[in-house]
Amino acid sequence: MRKLSVLLGLLLPLQLASAWEVSGYVEPELRLFAQEGMQAEQARTDVSLAIQPEFIHERGDHQFVFTPFARIDQQDGERTHADVRELYWLYAGDDWEFQAGIGRVFWGVTESQHLVDIINQTDLVENMDGEDKLGQPMIRGSLVRDWGIVDAFILPGFRERTWPGKKGRLRYPLVVDTDAARYESSREQRHVDWALRWTQTWGDWDIGLAHFSGTSREPQLVPGLNSAGEAVLVPWYPLIDQSSLDLQAVKGDWLWKLEAVSRNGQWRKRYAAATTGFEYTLVGVNDTAIDLGLIAEYLWDERGSDALTPFQNDLMAGARITLNDQQSTELLLGLITDLEYDSRVFSIEASRRLFDHFKFTLEVRLFNSGEPRDLLHGFRRDDYLQVALAWFFR
Amino acid sequence: MRLWIVAVSLTLLSGYVSAETPEEKGLSIAVEADRRDSGFGDFTAHMTMTLSNRQGEKSVRKLRVKTLEVEGDGDKSLSIFDEPRDVKGTAMLTFSHALKPDEQWLYLPALKRVKRISSKNKSGPFMGSEFAYEDLSSQEVEKYSYKYLRDEEINGLDSFVVERIPAYKYSGYSRMVVWLDKEHYRPQKIAFFDRKNKPLKTLLIENYQQYLDKYWRADRMLMQNHQTGKSTLLAWRDYRFRTGLSDRDFNKNTLKRAR
Repeated sequence: MRKLSVLLGLLLPLQLASAWEVSGYVEPELRLFAQEGMQAEQARTDVSLAIQPEFIHERGDHQFVFTPFARIDQQDGERTHADVRELYWLYAGDDWEFQAGIGRVFWGVTESQHLVDIINQTDLVENMDGEDKLGQPMIRGSLVRDWGIVDAFILPGFRERTWPGKKGRLRYPLVVDTDAARYESSREQRHVDWALRWTQTWGDWDIGLAHFSGTSREPQLVPGLNSAGEAVLVPWYPLIDQSSLDLQAVKGDWLWKLEAVSRNGQWRKRYAAATTGFEYTLVGVNDTAIDLGLIAEYLWDERGSDALTPFQNDLMAGARITLNDQQSTELLLGLITDLEYDSRVFSIEASRRLFDHFKFTLEVRLFNSGEPRDLLHGFRRDDYLQVALAWFFR
Repeated sequence: MRLWIVAVSLTLLSGYVSAETPEEKGLSIAVEADRRDSGFGDFTAHMTMTLSNRQGEKSVRKLRVKTLEVEGDGDKSLSIFDEPRDVKGTAMLTFSHALKPDEQWLYLPALKRVKRISSKNKSGPFMGSEFAYEDLSSQEVEKYSYKYLRDEEINGLDSFVVERIPAYKYSGYSRMVVWLDKEHYRPQKIAFFDRKNKPLKTLLIENYQQYLDKYWRADRMLMQNHQTGKSTLLAWRDYRFRTGLSDRDFNKNTLKRAR
């Protein structure tokens, strides 16, 4: 974190010099689990509070952004955590960009999982859907040309995945001991990764090609003992090379999507994984303002039951209902069914704005798994309902 | 932009040969309005949308818009949302076209994700307002077929009344009736008819200001929905023309760093 204090040192004088724009949110959250957990330490209710302010300063072509994040969790000490989501300086040239600091990048097009998205580590204690990410130290150069946009990344400093602790729900029977993490690289967290990405749009088509070389964001979990002699899972992070393709075509009310990766270094041989599907939107159902999106995606991983994901041969079917009302009410329903094992996960995500500055969100996930080889088997008693009310300030 | 030269010469020519049909006159009015508004280059502006429902409850959206005129095609634009607070930082990039579907991307700051938007949502409400995406996109001559209806006075101004029928796919309207003042060819009022040809909305366009001694922009646009009783007031301010925007300001990188 020495780098952090250096960066802060650079940024603070600017704060004195001129105004920073401040905004952000505070969000109390309640999780209710339908059943007692598999472990005695686990509770059925969990209250927590998250805060994420954002500080932005713009001067000419320079942009400074600082986004810290923190959560206090009633039950799980691991979920009580803080992170610097963003802390960077960005310079925008005419047709190029340079960015240095801690940043956040998203790659990809599909909804059910994000195979191609590899720059940032998953903040798994936040949500098991993997959409919350930790800030990643990076230097990024970007060029805009007629033939596309090229982004080059140098990624010094590795971020470990977060995992629920002993008292946390939505975990494996054994706790992941993050203090004992091991690496293939002898430089461990100091290994410098790199990545290159090209994106282009041709009319209805958006395409992205990328390559990443460095420490895998996805660890292997190896059974071991912690310092107290208890059985734990120890994360082991191998060095990998991953090439990826993401493709999207918009044809009228159809969006066709494909994400595919080929990875070397994480399994006994090079393997491939893919997500492909569509989203079909019925605009203005029955002459109302309501849009109904129908989503279907197929999820595949060549490693089969060796995969570090439960989605090795699964089908996702979903519906997105957008009311297009003043409160921006949205509802997303999704069911992922394993085509090989007796296993499925159903989820509801809903949100609605209240009183201009608040947003209410509701999340339900139901797990059903009768197959011990499936990773979701460990969550079979973790059905939950989550409600949260965010207050947006500025 | 070539089309208007052909059209105008055709109209002039037809004046000598035979009487102008209402369709020809409607088109030549649209062509003239387009000619008078072309060459602005680019502009930036702030927009406040006030949404009111039947009970009079209001909610406000604020955004900033950057627009680049593209010769021979629809404009490029970048909209950055400031309010409501939960969508602050959301941005939308649009490459509009006359008849081809627009290309549109939405940047979601919470996920840092750029999402392509299906081109069929033209008829959908813009941010829950009474304005549809198609009402706010760039108005190209080729987007409609036209028919001159009559002359009429509106807001104390001598005006043409022209009917236009969308020529692009996925419109939410069967037709529109537009009142344009004869002196400056500025739309003063637009009546929208739904797909079943029932009156749907009326747009009143007020407080025109002239910029660069040529281009007229309205400060106030009030859209009233007759079927729902809801209305949306669009107020524009800080119009600035020829700010030096170029093609390079409209791509996925500028969309992501828009603040």
